[in-house]
Amino acid sequence: MNLLRAGCALCLLAAPALVAGQVPYRRILGAEGEPGHWLTYSGGYRAHRFSPLKQITPENAARLKPAWVYQMRGGGRFQTSPLVVDGVMYVTEPPTRVAALDVRTGRPLWSWDRPMPRSVKTLGFGPTNRGVAILDETVYVGTLDCYLVALDARSGAVRWEARVGDNTLGYAITGAPLAIDGKIIVGISGGEAGIRGFLDAYDAHTGKLVWRLWTIPGPGEPGHETWGGESWKTGGGPTWVTGSYDAELNLLYWGTGNPGPDWNGDVRPGDNLYTCALLAIDAATGKLKWHFQFTPHDTHDWDATEIPVLLEAVVRGRARRLVAMANRNAFYYLLDRETGEFLHGSPYAKQNWAERLDARGRPVVRPNTEPTVEGTLVYPSLQGATNWFSPSYSPLTKLFYVAVREMGAYYHKGEADYKPGTFFAAGGERALDGDQAYGAVRALEAETGRLKWEFRLQSPPWAGVLATAGGVVFSGSNEGNFFALDALTGRPLWEFQTGGAVAANPVSFLIDGRQHVAIAAGQALFVFGLP
Amino acid sequence: MRGSLSFCLLTLMLAGWPALSPQDPLSALTAEDVARGGRLYVGHCALCHGIEGTGGRGPRLNQPELRRVAGNTELFGVIRNGLEGTEMPGFWQMTDREVWQVAGYVRSLGRSAVVELPGDAARGRALYENAGGCAACHIVRGRGGSSGPDLSAVGARRSPAYLREALTDPGAAVPVGYLVARVTIRDGREVRGVRLNEDTFTIQLRDAAGRLHSFRKLELRDLRREPGVSTMPGYATKLTAPEIEDLVAYMATLRGQK
Repeated sequence: MNLLRAGCALCLLAAPALVAGQVPYRRILGAEGEPGHWLTYSGGYRAHRFSPLKQITPENAARLKPAWVYQMRGGGRFQTSPLVVDGVMYVTEPPTRVAALDVRTGRPLWSWDRPMPRSVKTLGFGPTNRGVAILDETVYVGTLDCYLVALDARSGAVRWEARVGDNTLGYAITGAPLAIDGKIIVGISGGEAGIRGFLDAYDAHTGKLVWRLWTIPGPGEPGHETWGGESWKTGGGPTWVTGSYDAELNLLYWGTGNPGPDWNGDVRPGDNLYTCALLAIDAATGKLKWHFQFTPHDTHDWDATEIPVLLEAVVRGRARRLVAMANRNAFYYLLDRETGEFLHGSPYAKQNWAERLDARGRPVVRPNTEPTVEGTLVYPSLQGATNWFSPSYSPLTKLFYVAVREMGAYYHKGEADYKPGTFFAAGGERALDGDQAYGAVRALEAETGRLKWEFRLQSPPWAGVLATAGGVVFSGSNEGNFFALDALTGRPLWEFQTGGAVAANPVSFLIDGRQHVAIAAGQALFVFGLP
Repeated sequence: MRGSLSFCLLTLMLAGWPALSPQDPLSALTAEDVARGGRLYVGHCALCHGIEGTGGRGPRLNQPELRRVAGNTELFGVIRNGLEGTEMPGFWQMTDREVWQVAGYVRSLGRSAVVELPGDAARGRALYENAGGCAACHIVRGRGGSSGPDLSAVGARRSPAYLREALTDPGAAVPVGYLVARVTIRDGREVRGVRLNEDTFTIQLRDAAGRLHSFRKLELRDLRREPGVSTMPGYATKLTAPEIEDLVAYMATLRGQK
């Protein structure tokens, strides 16, 4: 921990706010009523990544200017999605660092580093961290060496730490935990390491494990029959992106990643439950309420770890509680989130692997789309039609905004050679990148999946989307553009060249009563506001 | 199917593949390993290095010595990690065994007969520097124009077949990322040039005279990309076939600083 010599500044900043700066569960539950803050990874439990703030509009967005820039201290990928609470912004930096910043100036208040050995395993991804959770007076962060650490929100001091998984086997944490009432939910990475995936809940005060849900069922458990032989033991199914939560139903919605090995399915015959699926989980017990598998027996690395967005709409003749997901496999899905019933699925990007989805949402797979030693051309590429970066849903426009990757790849099958703690993917891809690929921000009608508009991007993006009540949509590009679009039409309103690739999610909040937007790009975090 | 695969996997795991020791892994490869390396090569490598290592966008590999790799361990490293500053990517997805299989296949290509080039390099150099006019656009060893790529090491990077194609049909041999674009400004003026950079909102070009241009796309009336087009003229009708071969022979000697 590195306490900065900024104690006076801290006192002056907003001492009353910080002293009273507890974030009880009820504040997060009512996050939509506190638009000046950003209290949880996706802005609220329903994961809309929508800001109710209205000051920035299509009429004035062109006047946005940088307010401050924060340079991260180390190297690596700056993929943080900040939290903003009572005058303090919490960001994470690779490999595993948390910094608390004065939201008015960007000046650090405290920082915490976890020394990371050179031997730390990041199999299948780079060293990164996408954010923290906050509950009461504690900030929670997952670490690359697979610990969950609780930090004092005022000082960065460690309150407790819990070992979540064995990093020597490839388990790691890159996603932001989710704080609910008294519990911290945390998922793990490792889908390219032959892990057996799980999702954990820890007691927020003590760090004790409350429950664990294995995403690959063991012998005697339902779903185990979808794995041949011993293949379940290295079946993958990581839980590496933050899920969503319906407090009334007390259900967590969490996506699972690919089966292992990624590109050679011969050694794991069957549907390989519960990989590439959405799980609805009883938050009290960790028991599975229902599941929906988007890509049975996946051989293209199409994790279903995209953000599950909770919304309400009339579908098939009645008002329903829905969960929507723009899946990496290029289909947009609507499910009844009480029952898991499949209601709708339609492509939102180019795909050539499925003829259609059947009445229950199961894909009718085209022949000759499996990876081969020589390579099979399939759309989308293994990075998917979208990926971990967040979509956004506006309850005002009823549009689902998603950053889309239009890229195909030759998929290669390789040898399935499992050695603990090593890469276990059995193949790879040769992507059709460069000018053969492009990207887009697309606005889909949330109830139908129909395309309302698109804004084309130079290359397939790695940046999330933020919609606001002011009628503006923010996102970024690999080429460093951070930009604003008209939420109704997709018309470009403003852009700023940050000088570094944007591979992060935007957030919005108030500084001294004025709306701002933040985005990480390259090695820095930029905050913009109206002059 | 699955049973036999599982058996193989189990055998490999139990055996730990001891034959491929770090000291001399290639010597332990079986004919089956090299054949599998060949199939992997076709899928991953042949696009740039040519079927059977004849070269193309990437250097030819059907030669006993490879310029960037001293030994087999270095060859393994190049396949695994790629070469920074070149178009050679790393194949991190392959298992160690697969990398060695590919390396084994690549080494087997080096036993192919070396093809002699028919042209005369000295005549080619004279042509390059004088009548061919190549130096007006290309730099070799620090001298020449800069509107085209630096050719100081082109013989190490590109195969003779690729060089021949680049001379006779330049559009068929443009490098990855190379693009000619034509923009029309609002006042109707047109600018055509090689794209230096582009993002969603802007594009930067260098025209045939070497002038730099920066445009915001929203301010353009039209933007047309010309994939598969080069600003270099084709020499198929400007030079005789023997002259083309002489130029190829000269460029094949351009291998950069040792």
